[in-house]
Amino acid sequence: MGKKKVSRRKFLIRGTLGTVGVLAVGAYLFRHPIRRSILSFANSADLSYIGETDDPILWFEITKDNLVLLHSPKVEMGQGTFTGLAQIAADELDVNMEQIRVVHAQTASGNIDGFSTGGSTSISSLWQPLRELAATMREMIKIEAAKKMGVDVGSLSTSQGSVSSGGNSMTYAEIADGVTEWEVPDTPQLKELKSYQFIGKPVPRVDLKEKVFGAPIFGMDAGMPDMLYGTVVRPSSIGARLGEVDASAAENMPGVVKVIREEDFVGVVAQSYPEAEKAKEAIKVNWITEKNWQTEDIEAMIQVGQGEPQTIQKEGKAKRILESSDQLISAEYSSPLGAHAQLEPNGALAYVDGDKVTVHISTQVIGLTRKEVADRLDLDPEQVNIIPTYLGGGFGRRLHTPHAVQAALMSKAVGKPVKYYFSRKEEFQHDMFRPPTHHLLKAVLGDDGLIQALEHNFSSGDVGFGSPLLPGIAEPILGADVGAIRGGFNQYGAIPNHRAVCWRVRLPFATSWWRSLGLLANTFAVESFIDELALKAGKDPVEFRLAQIQDDERGHRLKEVIKAAAEKAGWTDQVVNGKAMGFAASTDANTPCAQVAEVSIEGNEIKVHKVTCAIDPGMAVNPDQIRAQCEGSIIMGLSASMFERMQVENGELRPVIYGPYAMALMKHAPKEIEVVILENADKPGAVGEPPLGPIGAAIANAVFRLTGERLRSMPLALDQA
Amino acid sequence: MKISFKLNKSPQTVEVADGNTPLLWIIRDVLDLKGTKFGCGKAACGACTIHVNGEAVRSCSYAVKFAEGKEITTIEGLGSEANPHPVQQAWIEEVVPQCGYCQPGFMMAAAAMLEKIPQPTDEDIDNNIINICRCATYYRMRKAIYKAAELQKEAARKIP
Repeated sequence: MGKKKVSRRKFLIRGTLGTVGVLAVGAYLFRHPIRRSILSFANSADLSYIGETDDPILWFEITKDNLVLLHSPKVEMGQGTFTGLAQIAADELDVNMEQIRVVHAQTASGNIDGFSTGGSTSISSLWQPLRELAATMREMIKIEAAKKMGVDVGSLSTSQGSVSSGGNSMTYAEIADGVTEWEVPDTPQLKELKSYQFIGKPVPRVDLKEKVFGAPIFGMDAGMPDMLYGTVVRPSSIGARLGEVDASAAENMPGVVKVIREEDFVGVVAQSYPEAEKAKEAIKVNWITEKNWQTEDIEAMIQVGQGEPQTIQKEGKAKRILESSDQLISAEYSSPLGAHAQLEPNGALAYVDGDKVTVHISTQVIGLTRKEVADRLDLDPEQVNIIPTYLGGGFGRRLHTPHAVQAALMSKAVGKPVKYYFSRKEEFQHDMFRPPTHHLLKAVLGDDGLIQALEHNFSSGDVGFGSPLLPGIAEPILGADVGAIRGGFNQYGAIPNHRAVCWRVRLPFATSWWRSLGLLANTFAVESFIDELALKAGKDPVEFRLAQIQDDERGHRLKEVIKAAAEKAGWTDQVVNGKAMGFAASTDANTPCAQVAEVSIEGNEIKVHKVTCAIDPGMAVNPDQIRAQCEGSIIMGLSASMFERMQVENGELRPVIYGPYAMALMKHAPKEIEVVILENADKPGAVGEPPLGPIGAAIANAVFRLTGERLRSMPLALDQA
Repeated sequence: MKISFKLNKSPQTVEVADGNTPLLWIIRDVLDLKGTKFGCGKAACGACTIHVNGEAVRSCSYAVKFAEGKEITTIEGLGSEANPHPVQQAWIEEVVPQCGYCQPGFMMAAAAMLEKIPQPTDEDIDNNIINICRCATYYRMRKAIYKAAELQKEAARKIP
């Protein structure tokens, strides 16, 4: 298809909960009860897609060999979004899975995501608009077919990329050939769910072959003619500012093209990556540091009672009941600083060619990356084309892309394309970490053995606050960090009195979005404590949970996953043959998930043999990829819960390499993972993060049954007392 | 200095200024095969795993000068869409990859293990497959390795 003029038939504003919608009415939201209701809404509701959803021509392209290209503004980082989007579009377009390809939309095409690929929202937010776009495109093709075939549109039917009328048929490619102006009909009626062929089926991933045969699909793999290699000098110390620089030795080293000095960084451009790295080591920088930070300093800051409190949830009189009770049950939990540790280092390939910029990059924030490059180079965003690539892992790390700006500045300085990426040490020391947390839980049980009052106070470094995705002006409006509070809410609505308070702590280094945000740590704390309370009450932990869930739709869905996980696992509270089960559940972004971990102690090590997971993401677009996300989340969550911890030593973040930064390996992964998918909602919901919630508590709860020791801090290790 | 070796069965000669340059960068940036990945540069993650004379080697920490006269295989030479290696076939059948970045390294490590241990146990897999996958696809990788072992056995049976 060539470039077309499209008649715009509607201007569609979807209800938007994200930061944009919140900001628009911000001035009215300073009163606390209203603010609380926003935060609670932020915890539960889904995010609508922010971007163009009105112009099929931006989204679809038909090639001469009759393939439909879907230009996705969402990026593929392993979560399977491309496959789900292909299924959704194919069913309304009437093409088969072999006839559709998903590619990343470049910003120059105009199909730009206005938010990010994150928050487990890609499929849920595009479920409705993408089907409408695909159905509209199909009707547009039919209108042109009617003209070319000289028949009435009503007589046409579509199937497998062809339009038929009577005995005649034309392929979509034949129909699209030569069309310069498309007639756009009103949004057609969508098909009935039961008539979909691909939606709901375990269709294989559309990117399988590229990934199995080693195709050059990642940001790291991008190349351009005459490309040079850059690198940026980074300090080892926390908070270090650039002082005096002596680059004289580096400038004369083999392969070095230029040393670049900007106000905020020093970079080297060379003929090859090893040469650039070597030259970097020869640059002497006097880094100015304020303080020699240690782990103990950070731990002392992350304490409930310090920092800025914000009540995020309040029901009944929890505070008063807890203060006046002589039967108070209380426990403290904590989680450490964690790294993203995604395998593909951050980086970018940029080419500044006059007043045009091209950037190939693994990014989760295409629009923001473009804006930052344009702003720094004093260009209009339209002069910058961001070409997104597959991401070698996202996990939230690629919601920050200042390296795109640095690559562009280096390219501008040498007049050639420059590719640069972080070393692994730089990845570990300049990550946007998962913040450490501290949790103080308090409860009082009633005469019926159920929870009468529950309070969760938790302290966290920033997640959303401080991120360029969430403008600073949103902070006073929201009051609490929308990322840190994930999973911090009480999900057992039948508890009559409960309260949750988030304490914000400003750390001396960046912490930010890490897959599932606060969910991992908050669920570890809350669901371990619920287990403690069940044992205190002398009740079975599964029954104990079920008894305190409210009777509404959200409650029903949570109950069903709890029951399904317990049933599938053959739940028992008894130790059998040296193995014990631990139970935990969470609700994140409206997706409830329950897990049972089957654990033994071997030597002095915790061994997780099997995990059973029940999840209700609503309608399952691709059950196999939902399973894959659960399996991956469980093992990634196990890794974070049992092994991972960054330390601060003499002002430096450490360790700086895999291995010393301990992570789960093949030998630590459970040999069995069972996933039960429930579909108690009529549209697709969040999948990529919710199953990270329960695993930490499920493991720790099992360990308690084996050893009698309650593990209250991650990474979980025996003999914590 | 000039260094000659076979890369995916075809002879190659490269001119390098520094023989200590890691082979990874020669493969990626000089010979332009991008399937072999950079993950850490310290042989700690396995994303850059290749075969040198059939042995799994972490190419980020293998000086190019040692490649002289060797048979090097990368993911591009392991198999092709038309003729996939049993490990690649199994990876497809089990739908293993998520982000996919570490997967070539894992497949190369798995293929090298299966050469030595055609019918591995769980313990063999735990001891030999020590690469890092952040998407944590370990559960499916284990299944795929067993499937690859089966495929390899079947293939061997067919050869008279």
